[in-house]
Amino acid sequence: MSVTHDVIVVGGGLVGTAIAYGLQKRGLSTVLLDEGDVAHRASRGNFGLVWVQSKGLGAPHYQRWTRGSAEAWPSLATELAERTGLDTALHQPGGIHICLSEEEFEQRAVYMAQLQREAGNLGMEYRMLNHAETAEMLPGIGRAVVGSSWTPYDGHASPLYLLRALHTAFRDAGGTYRPNAGVSEGTAAPRDFSVQAGGETHRAPRIVLAAGLGNAALAPRFGLEAPVRPQRGQVLVTERTRQLLPMPTTSIRQTDEGSVMIGDSKEEAGYDSLTQTPELMRGMAQRAVLTFPWIAELNIVRAWSALRVMAPDGLPIYDESGRFPGAFTANCHSGVTLAGAHADILAPMIAAGELPPEMAPFSARRFHDVRSAA
Amino acid sequence: MFAPRPDIRPATVEVFVEGRPVLVPEGASAAAAVLLAGLPAIRETPVGGAPRLPYCMMGICFDCLAEIDGVANRQACMVTVEPGMRIAAQRGARQARPGTAPEVAA
Repeated sequence: MSVTHDVIVVGGGLVGTAIAYGLQKRGLSTVLLDEGDVAHRASRGNFGLVWVQSKGLGAPHYQRWTRGSAEAWPSLATELAERTGLDTALHQPGGIHICLSEEEFEQRAVYMAQLQREAGNLGMEYRMLNHAETAEMLPGIGRAVVGSSWTPYDGHASPLYLLRALHTAFRDAGGTYRPNAGVSEGTAAPRDFSVQAGGETHRAPRIVLAAGLGNAALAPRFGLEAPVRPQRGQVLVTERTRQLLPMPTTSIRQTDEGSVMIGDSKEEAGYDSLTQTPELMRGMAQRAVLTFPWIAELNIVRAWSALRVMAPDGLPIYDESGRFPGAFTANCHSGVTLAGAHADILAPMIAAGELPPEMAPFSARRFHDVRSAA
Repeated sequence: MFAPRPDIRPATVEVFVEGRPVLVPEGASAAAAVLLAGLPAIRETPVGGAPRLPYCMMGICFDCLAEIDGVANRQACMVTVEPGMRIAAQRGARQARPGTAPEVAA
């Protein structure tokens, strides 16, 4: 049995579903192929920041992309709520990066100044705050907090409600969702692609590979490359408590339901997402308690690790095949932050049939070109 | 609604559920005391405010969360009674209290 569509999207996580939704709502009949729970499921372990202020140093195109996505988020959240009745719990009150030593504070000040210079005409509003100024924004900080950086662009959302809302909106818009449909075979010709998945054959003039870590093996079959590797992150979650955090920090946020999430660890541990390392968890908890001493009273009720999808330079990859026009890749480690861009900036580009020149810096060709090496 | 099975163990330990004295056998759980007290609910859920009583009695469902001897959000089914224990309802999310927790050294 062969089914023909306008677009095949491979990958049912936040990246693939946001793109598929963006395509389907623009009238392209789209099939979304989801491998199943054997996949690494980065979207199920996400921390949930919609975060701008720590991204894109040395890569102004990425800074602009992230800002654009943060700006696209409110209308996406409103639209998803209207279409599905699901609240993605988006809040963009600004965000804080905490510094626990003079050294951290000085490094952060240099970093933020550089980021602002690189923003160029786009501009970037930020402030370095001392302890007292930080305490005004975030009551209850500990004495160990030397200061912080603040920008008005940051925020957070519920990754799980976002994923569910995108899936629901995609299907409500007429999209075809196929679970347990890992791609087993694929053939590529210019604007003519066919894949076998879940016992069916799907054909389309466009294909978007958004399979996270799975893209590394999948991309070469379609004349593309996606040299991504796993980077493990761990998350600790406390019991629910009454709302105390008016805005998120880089590593601590409070959900709408009241849980405090503690995150932002980075480990090179291969594909092992089952192990958790107590010394690392202890370090995360200790930093959280130094930042907000009241967290020490709370019980940790859950913890997990998940695998980020990292390119060699840590930036997203958006690419199109030169050999097989119509084949695209999308890889990033910020499926929540970039959901706005994926649904409403990237999807229209793919719908138009090719990526515009301003997307060239995101091409995986950058890993071969010494002149553009950052 | 709930009653202990007959002639198992004598109810010798006095605890207080929402201030009301309840006698339970030694080794019983605080959740058992809650059920014997006959309350309509021991907690209200943090998001929807729905009333809850102990349910699984084996540490899985978290529906027995209670404030026990002043400590919020304890799983009452996993806590063994002690004489004089005070078991109070957990209403909604617990309160963390900025400024009251001792600061750890950097």
